[in-house]
Amino acid sequence: MSALDLSRWQFGITTVYHFIFVPLTIGLAPLVAGLQTAWVRTGDERWLRLTKFFGKLFLINFAMGVVTGIVQEFQFGMNWSEYSRFVGDVFGAPLALEALIAFFLESTFLGLWIFGWDRLSPRVHLATIWLAAVGVVTSAYFIIAANSFMQHPVGVVFNPVTKRAELTSLLDVLTNSTTLAAFPHTVTASFVVSGTFVAGIAGWWTVRSAKAGREDDASMYRSALRLGLAVLVVSGAGVAYTGDVQSKLMFAQQPMKMAAAEALCDTEKGAGFSLVAVGDLGNACDVRQITVPGLTSFLATGDFAGELKGVKDLQKEYSRLYGPGDYVPLLPATYWNFRMMIGFGAFSAALALAGLWLTRKGAIPSSDRFAQLALLALPMPFLANATGWIFTEMGRQPWIVAPNPTGDPRNRFLTAEAVSPYVDTPTVALSLVVFTVLYGTLAVVWFQLMRRYAAAGAPVVPAAGSSSGPSDDEDSPLSFAY
Amino acid sequence: MDIHTLRIIWFVLIATLWVGYLVLEGFDFGVGMLLPVLGRTDTERRVVINTIGPVWDGNEVWLITAGGATFAAFPLWYSTLFSAFYLPLLLILVALILRGVAFEYRGKVDDDRWRRRWDTAIIFGSAVPALVWGIAFGNMVHGLRVEHYRAGPFSVLLHAFTPYALLTGLTTVTLFLLHGALFLGLKTRDDLRERAVRIAGKLSIPTAAVAGAWAVWTQLSYGKTWTWVPVLAAAACLAGVVLAARAGREAPGFALTSLTTVLAVVIIFGSLYPNVLPLLGGESLTIDNASSTRTTLTVMTWVAVVMTPVVVAYTTWTYWVFRRRLGLGDIPVPIGRPHRPDPAS
Ligand code: HDD
Ligand code: HEM
Ligand code: HEM
Repeated sequence: MSALDLSRWQFGITTVYHFIFVPLTIGLAPLVAGLQTAWVRTGDERWLRLTKFFGKLFLINFAMGVVTGIVQEFQFGMNWSEYSRFVGDVFGAPLALEALIAFFLESTFLGLWIFGWDRLSPRVHLATIWLAAVGVVTSAYFIIAANSFMQHPVGVVFNPVTKRAELTSLLDVLTNSTTLAAFPHTVTASFVVSGTFVAGIAGWWTVRSAKAGREDDASMYRSALRLGLAVLVVSGAGVAYTGDVQSKLMFAQQPMKMAAAEALCDTEKGAGFSLVAVGDLGNACDVRQITVPGLTSFLATGDFAGELKGVKDLQKEYSRLYGPGDYVPLLPATYWNFRMMIGFGAFSAALALAGLWLTRKGAIPSSDRFAQLALLALPMPFLANATGWIFTEMGRQPWIVAPNPTGDPRNRFLTAEAVSPYVDTPTVALSLVVFTVLYGTLAVVWFQLMRRYAAAGAPVVPAAGSSSGPSDDEDSPLSFAY
Repeated sequence: MDIHTLRIIWFVLIATLWVGYLVLEGFDFGVGMLLPVLGRTDTERRVVINTIGPVWDGNEVWLITAGGATFAAFPLWYSTLFSAFYLPLLLILVALILRGVAFEYRGKVDDDRWRRRWDTAIIFGSAVPALVWGIAFGNMVHGLRVEHYRAGPFSVLLHAFTPYALLTGLTTVTLFLLHGALFLGLKTRDDLRERAVRIAGKLSIPTAAVAGAWAVWTQLSYGKTWTWVPVLAAAACLAGVVLAARAGREAPGFALTSLTTVLAVVIIFGSLYPNVLPLLGGESLTIDNASSTRTTLTVMTWVAVVMTPVVVAYTTWTYWVFRRRLGLGDIPVPIGRPHRPDPAS
């Protein structure tokens, strides 16, 4: 394998890995903040227990997001130095903004939240988790803006002397139509993760507590379950709506990706949405598919009879525009990942329906089936997120910066040109092995800690009064320490 | 503003971000390296770790910001430097990953073997970056041979261990150790504080000797006339540190190690200027040929002007909130889950 292939594997692995933890962080931070707000407002201890319970799970997860993030930041220079040179004028800015505006906010206020239980007044302490949540969501905005530039470059001119894309307007980059669609889709998808997480764990505990006859606990977990379900309903609708917006943009901006999502070989009017494909998708086009008539055309154009260009025609068109080359992404990957994204999302929908039904009119669910479904649904939105990104990024290939069909076509860059020219195969092979082994080990640790803390249930909190408010007592132990 | 001024501003700003990073993470690294020395019991180790618990992540963001700012303002510097120093950066990344996870996970399971392992991760994760950043900076000041760069990261690494670079690494390690010991003196009480200050006293003379030798070497080989000023100032600070540390006065000592770190960054960036990365046997990267365009530098300047004071303000407030010294009595009973899942739940 070449340094290019290895670099691609490394980028894919490290980024997908980062994005296991990140959606949960993005979605859970506001929910923990919401739980704590409920506690501060009502003084009801059950909210405090839930805050501490999900707060702890949040922190176990957060640590992994942080440490894997640093790798992301460095990788562009390490593995993709030609890319960094080509887009540095544009791409570095959102990364720097993210650090300056979002990461400082998020890391500082989270530190204050973790250690501040007895150092800050309840209201100020509550504000710290909200500020951390703001930081987390803001960071997603900037990084999506950076990524959207790669999908759809705007706000730049091409400088033929330096052969670099040069910034004309940062505002244009930050308000890229692609960003404005991808950001809400990613954030709502993150809430699908956290909604499923809260509803899944709380649902399981509701059943357990109900069966053990611990009614107080059951009713506490039921509140969390309802919260998770409400989040799930709203964000589920949001993710479908924004996904639809993205499909239409993708059709306009990256028609090849749209065709690849469907493995649509020939240009068709009223193209169907294929549910499964039999046969070798390869890059050959002899597969039989079961399709829902007209659906893909509708997704892409808003018209069931709309015309969709096929891979073959697009390949011809691109060869004419951009010179000879293979412009077709890896079709099996794009085709299946797109379906998996939606399919995995369906588990969360199932959990939402079952949960809403079983908790209607104050009922407390106690069926083992529901408890099993709750656990089964837990990993699914994580997978939906991962496959969604793998689709997005692999569908963009062979471009690292895909040409903007309505912009200057010279602002384009191939992944193959982007790799660091002097970073050789042994180097990337070594780092790929190191990251994979390290990440694999840490994944096991993360999973076991999450499971152990989820299985321990909401902690019992000390009687009211003793756990909150600033304390100047030099001798009393901290309410939290590492 | 004209582009040349903007370039100088960004060169200074990036140096400033490194100042923030090295001063703040400098004591984090020192605290981590001193963990086995000062922490004889688990409770003592927890005190040591908790002195930086609320702040280490914020401190690390200075590095992320320095990286992002270099990318945005000097893309060619970022891309050349990071791809050439691939292997040292890999090592630093592994260290920072292990260290970060260790802080968060160490207390999560109530088991001695578990904690011992994460302690090792903290020590490794603090000592390695302290050393490697120094060696990397030494190489950056000295410059990169183009043929080594072209032959790949292993070749760059193989040629990285020059006496000057090793001395730079030794300087960062000893300086951060001392900085961390004084920080612990400031943040702990009773016996731990006394021991920390005593260690600082012992470390101060060797540190001053090493750092002083490094400053003079840098000045003679790479310096400019004006960099004599920070070199002499650093020498004065180091002398002050020795006096303060040996007199057991941690507050002025800590202020002076901080100042020494600032001056070291001034010496490094002052020696580099107008280069950002000297390329030996080729055309060096300078603030002029490595920078991004005027538009980028202008908007980024506005953002920096608005945001930096805000960041500094809330960071300062955080240190104020956690100003209290920690002692053994502050540490609650272990909060981790028992090693074996308890059957009760
Ligand atoms: C819980 C996760 C989840 C769920 C249930 C869905 N998505 Fe999604 N989708 C993502 C999580 C995600 C993602 C991982 O967050 C992506 C990757 C890039 C992005 O912006 O969001 C994504 C990308 C993505 C793209 C690619 C955009 C591009 O490359 O420009 C499209 C067209 C859709 N989605 C459409 C949909 C549709 C029509 C859905 C049906 C309801 C859907 N998504 C459900
Ligand atoms: C968390 C969400 C993301 C995931 C899961 C993800 C996943 C991937 C995957 C799987 C690849 C490999 C594609 C291939 O080689 O065929 C890739 C490539 C890449 N992505 Fe992303 N990506 C994400 C977000 C981003 C963002 C936000 C950026 C930029 C800021 C980015 C920049 C890149 C670059 C530079 C490459 C390397 C070139 C390539 O091989 O395509 N990605 N990503
Ligand atoms: C490939 C490009 C990416 C880069 C360069 C990057 C960089 C980073 C860095 C450096 C951190 C650590 C911050 C700290 O120390 O506090 C981090 C964490 C984080 N990243 Fe990423 N990231 C990338 C992809 C993404 C994507 C696609 C998202 C969101 C959609 C995202 C959202 C976050 C969030 C919310 C955090 C903080 C919370 C957490 O760590 O779990 N990142 N990222």
